[in-house]
Amino acid sequence: MELMLAVILGFMIIAAIYAIHAKDLLSAIIAQGFVGYGLVICFLLLRAPDIALVQIVVETITLIFMVAVVLDSTRKELDVQVDRKQYRIAGLSVLFMLVLLFYFNRIIAPLDGFGEHSMRMAEAYAEGAGQTGAINLVAGVLWDFRGYDTLGEAVVLFAAAIGVVTIFRLTGKN
Amino acid sequence: MTLFIMCFLLFLTGIYGVLTRRNLIKVVISLTIMEFSLFLMLAMIGYISGGEAPILAGTIIPAAPVVDPLPQAMVLTAIVIALATNAMLLTIAIRLYKKYGTFDIREINELKG
Repeated sequence: MELMLAVILGFMIIAAIYAIHAKDLLSAIIAQGFVGYGLVICFLLLRAPDIALVQIVVETITLIFMVAVVLDSTRKELDVQVDRKQYRIAGLSVLFMLVLLFYFNRIIAPLDGFGEHSMRMAEAYAEGAGQTGAINLVAGVLWDFRGYDTLGEAVVLFAAAIGVVTIFRLTGKN
Repeated sequence: MTLFIMCFLLFLTGIYGVLTRRNLIKVVISLTIMEFSLFLMLAMIGYISGGEAPILAGTIIPAAPVVDPLPQAMVLTAIVIALATNAMLLTIAIRLYKKYGTFDIREINELKG
């Protein structure tokens, strides 16, 4: 179980590195799709069918959108001439990652190990399943206990849709 | 613990892409990869060994322990919001491409105004 997850995660990391370094934008996007669908398999292994379904739908929409964007353009990755400035940027980002590693250590310390999670937060939600009448606990949390969160999510989605339509309709000066 | 560290490696890959790439589409891809690693991290935190999906079939009290439904619900919300932000980013990238004819951030900076 843990091994299977680790293998898929390893493939996802390789695909992510390829997506960042690919010469052709279309292959970069396909590699990104590999990462997204690998995430679906990870969710299924982690016993989370709801987010797996949502992730399939979202990943497909994102991929279609990205392919539409890229096929409309030159597709070629910019010629990357290796100059001193780029080395400086790479060095700075590695430094930034080391700082992040420190924070990761601080975050990971109070967590339970993988697979040994205690349900201290979710006990009330699990007990409330009888009151909500929802067979699916995730749906119970989303639509009953945290209904306002879901409302906010819908608001964000509509705001984004309005933003996309507005930006597309702008004529602008060329 | 190994899995958490691998998740963090995926996150670092995304951060490296955001910081070093000059192509707008590559930056969007890197941001998406960062989001993926965060979703996976949250889903992993809620996992219990030998647990079942948090769906109670028939009886109220299941035989095996169920995994934590709370992180899953939060991740569900986060995925949809990530879709919204991605759509916005890509739309802005299309507009910039139509105006300047390139995805290169440096050239867009030079042609400003």
